[in-house]
Amino acid sequence: MNRVTRLIALAGVGAYVLLPWYSSGEPALASYPFGASGSALALAVSGAWWLLPLALPLYACLHIAWRGTWNERNADWLSLCGFSGLAYLLVEGFAIGLHGWNAEWLGSVFGAPGPSQPGMGIGALIVATTLLLLGCRGLARKGWCRGDAFIVCAIGVIGVLLAAFVFFPVVKILASAFTDNEGHAAFASFLAKITDRSVWGLGCLGGGIACGVAWNTILLAILTGLASTVLGLAFALIAVRTSFRFKALLRAMTVLPIITPPFVIGLALILMFGRSGAVSAFLFRGFGIPPSRWIYGLSGIFIAQVLAFAPIAFLVLVGVVQGISPTLEEAAQTLRAKRFTIFRTVTWPLMRPGLANAFLLCLIESMADFGNPLVLGGNFEVLSTKIFFAVVGAATDQGRAAVLSLVLLFLTLAGFAAQQLWLGKKSYTTVTGKGDAGLSLPLPNSLRCACYALALPWVLFTFAIYAIIFVGSFVKAVGRDYTPTLASYAIAFRVEHTNFGWFFSGSAWPSLVATVEIALIAAPLTAAIGLLTAYLLARQDFYGRKALDFAAMLSFAIPGTVVGVSYILAFNVPPIEITGGALILVICFVFRNMPVGVRAGMAALSQIDKSLDEASLTLGARSFTTVARIMIPLMRPALVASLIYAFVRAMTAVSAVIFLVSAQYNMATTYIIGRVDAGEYGVAIAYSAALIVFMLAVILLIEALVGERRLGRRTAIANIAAAPA
Amino acid sequence: MKKGPASVEFKNVVKRYGAVTAVNDVSFAIAPGELVTFLGPSGCGKTTTLRLIAGLEMASEGRIAIGGKDVTGLSAADRDVSMVFQSYALFPHMSVVENVAYGPSVQGAGKARAREMAMDKLSLVGLEGLENRAPSELSGGQQQRVAVARALVLEPQVLLFDEPLSNLDAKLRRRVREEIRELQLSLGLTVAYVTHDQEEALAVSDRIIVMSNASIAQIGSPRELYDAPSSRFVADFMGDANLIPVEVGAHDGAFAKILIGRREMRVAHRGIPPGSAYVAVRPHQIAIEARSATGGSLEGLISKAAYVGDHMEYRITLAVPKLELFATAPDVVSPLEKGSEVAISFDPAGLVLVSGD
Ligand SMILES: Nc1ncnc2c1ncn2[C@@H]1O[C@H](COP(=O)(O)OP(=O)(O)OP(=O)(O)O)[C@@H](O)[C@H]1O
Ligand SMILES: [Mg+2]
Repeated sequence: MNRVTRLIALAGVGAYVLLPWYSSGEPALASYPFGASGSALALAVSGAWWLLPLALPLYACLHIAWRGTWNERNADWLSLCGFSGLAYLLVEGFAIGLHGWNAEWLGSVFGAPGPSQPGMGIGALIVATTLLLLGCRGLARKGWCRGDAFIVCAIGVIGVLLAAFVFFPVVKILASAFTDNEGHAAFASFLAKITDRSVWGLGCLGGGIACGVAWNTILLAILTGLASTVLGLAFALIAVRTSFRFKALLRAMTVLPIITPPFVIGLALILMFGRSGAVSAFLFRGFGIPPSRWIYGLSGIFIAQVLAFAPIAFLVLVGVVQGISPTLEEAAQTLRAKRFTIFRTVTWPLMRPGLANAFLLCLIESMADFGNPLVLGGNFEVLSTKIFFAVVGAATDQGRAAVLSLVLLFLTLAGFAAQQLWLGKKSYTTVTGKGDAGLSLPLPNSLRCACYALALPWVLFTFAIYAIIFVGSFVKAVGRDYTPTLASYAIAFRVEHTNFGWFFSGSAWPSLVATVEIALIAAPLTAAIGLLTAYLLARQDFYGRKALDFAAMLSFAIPGTVVGVSYILAFNVPPIEITGGALILVICFVFRNMPVGVRAGMAALSQIDKSLDEASLTLGARSFTTVARIMIPLMRPALVASLIYAFVRAMTAVSAVIFLVSAQYNMATTYIIGRVDAGEYGVAIAYSAALIVFMLAVILLIEALVGERRLGRRTAIANIAAAPA
Repeated sequence: MKKGPASVEFKNVVKRYGAVTAVNDVSFAIAPGELVTFLGPSGCGKTTTLRLIAGLEMASEGRIAIGGKDVTGLSAADRDVSMVFQSYALFPHMSVVENVAYGPSVQGAGKARAREMAMDKLSLVGLEGLENRAPSELSGGQQQRVAVARALVLEPQVLLFDEPLSNLDAKLRRRVREEIRELQLSLGLTVAYVTHDQEEALAVSDRIIVMSNASIAQIGSPRELYDAPSSRFVADFMGDANLIPVEVGAHDGAFAKILIGRREMRVAHRGIPPGSAYVAVRPHQIAIEARSATGGSLEGLISKAAYVGDHMEYRITLAVPKLELFATAPDVVSPLEKGSEVAISFDPAGLVLVSGD
């Protein structure tokens, strides 16, 4: 039997015998090996009988690994022991909860309340991992995945991780939507909640009370999707088909929304149009127009979302417009069609699938958006904010949050499914390897004017938005008192020199440090898992490849709010009890952002000839070595792109983390939202401005270091946008 | 540990990709130190067979043994087999010598030792002095030799070539294939070689395995395949033989009478029973003369004539039996014109009887 297998088996037994099985806040050293920090073996012989059966598969694996020859019969035994042990561990973990049996029928069969146990700890984690790896190694020896143990193990580990952190939480939402708050199955109350007037009511049509949140969400999403697509198209046409001189400006606009925390635009709109905003004040003083609250509600959220998502549509549509082969238009020209006719009959139909794609993407983003509705919502409620208030509001109702999450999940998944199924294959972009010598036609005059008329004011508006954030952070109070001051920065980022050395006394430091720390941990993990998954999907053939692909993309389609709720439901109780720490934040970021790594990796791999990895394999390098020495050097641009993306997204995310932050690990974004809530706009925008500048600096630094320009990130995002299955 | 070349053995190996069967119940054995070519039309499963030996694909059924040891479930990294890829697959981010030293270095050899081994093999293929270039700075033929050096560096028990010459021009192809054969003979390597060029196969192989439709059509030495094809397919594939339907008469010792059109001939029957069968005639074994009055030969009409340098190629339409023959003639000085009426005859020693199915 080979050495690695032996070491793994040994580690499993060691963890079972020595390490604390359960997670306990403080290590209880006094009573070790029994008590709260007790090892599985010690606990098993002193009352926790349900841990005893685990000794059998662990010992069997160890025996096979040390005594057996490495033949197929022993491989069968090894995988049997590994997977049955893992299965038992899961069954036992889910059956026995903190307060006895987790299911009523168990209680009625074996007698309530039954045994109890806390959440799993380091010992359980290692034992589960080793059992999984041993099972996978057995399968590899039997010839699975061309006998490659690293590949089988990677598939096993990633599969289990996706199951645990993508599927399981979603299932948990389903489960709690169908049960009442005491944990009894309650189909009737589910029906009542999901058909509730507050969700689907159409009162507003009759002039009565407000419409249901679902309708609000859909209406907002459609409006945002349409407006963003139209604007994005105008930008794309200008960028590709005109001789506009400031194209760099358009490029810059596509980077901004990536590094801008989602609610900052809403915040800027308040500073401009709120009751004491800059513009409102100006209008009141100059024209006597009294300030109103019009920005709070549908109109405000709509403007903020279009500002945020039009660049995404632009990114998608630039690719589409560039992809239309000029030769086709030239062909139409030689058939004596007029410029506008050509646009109408050739160019436009070729762009239509791309437009639909951009529309659906913005639709999904709008439905998932949480920051802007939270800041600007007023009385206009959408699903994501409603879910939030069902969890943290005065009337906490997890069942209701679960039901609302289901509705939102259903909506986004429907949009996602439409985008994948309907458009995934239908693409007329005609970029080929051949050099295309044709010249694309300039736009018809009327169209060009329309594009400029739409786009230029919008560019100015966007820059006004960012200007007000930066100006606002340096003055006393926007709209009232423009005296320059550094007061806001001082509150947030004060550093004092005391007798004990430097002291970071600014109120923003703890959250900033925590955010950077978590982003720095999450980014490499995200990139690693994303690229490894891409490698498996692109280069390996195995059962369940489609399922893995689906799971990896699914986490992209689940709105952050839903992720937040589902993580609370899933990971607040044993066997996996990890809420309240940094770990759950890291996990949340890794699985939310990995689809970008997957897509970037797949795109990079499609350009690396498969015979390169095979050559490496036949030279005796195992897959792990091949990945390390051949794939990673060749995939560096994709690696950098996913690293940057993962880092930036971890810094700017708000929707999921707002449910998961704890006192110790408050994130920058949630801290800012807290300031907005308290009306401290100055600190909020100073912090936001600092974040934006910080991330811009990080991106420029990484790009300077690696020499791979914006291209990498653009392809990453365009890829996920185009998301070919 | 010094290890010699090893045998390769396939026992009833099947490889399926979903519904497609790429290799169907294939059995063969390659002796140590032998160069065996896999030959066949596109898509017949040659590459798949080679990849099964390498461990890049896993057999769906059957057993594979290398050097007498069962390797069916072993991964490519665990088999002592190297491969030269059609695209060469040189690592673009490494220099020539780093490419060649990759094998030893991932096997745990020290840096200096790996480089020494690499330089050794590079000089074997005549590439000293180019070791610090990037692969993209080499010509096609040089890249090919780097790929060979890289495959040789671990002194594998079995060396595999997948159409190693298809990226080279015709002249270079001839030279490199001679180099490969020389290297194989001098190092005594076991080599499996894929090609769909029958001339290449005939020139380099000890034995040839002809494949058709995912299974083996015939195994034999070049001469056996050429002179005694076991089926219409092999006869057709090896040397573009003309296949003429004939009626086999009663056996008479090792011979049998056959009737081509109105002509009767005596050929070796090779165990083919009386009844309908085919006779294979190589293009150069057809004698063509301007039509003379005397009968006895077959009559035909030249429907196409092409001058290809060192010989002429003709298409001849026969009246009885009704078919078209492909023939070559060495006489380029006074070629026959298109449309001329000719009489053709065959040397009975050049005719090979193949069964009808
Ligand atoms: N990964 C795969 N998935 C499905 N079918 C495959 C795969 N690889 C090969 N095939 C099929 O298996 C058959 C044999 O393929 P193989 O590559 O061995 O042919 P080949 O003899 O090498 O042909 P060529 O001379 O064109 O290279 C073909 O019909 C091919 O379509
Ligand atoms: Mg091939």
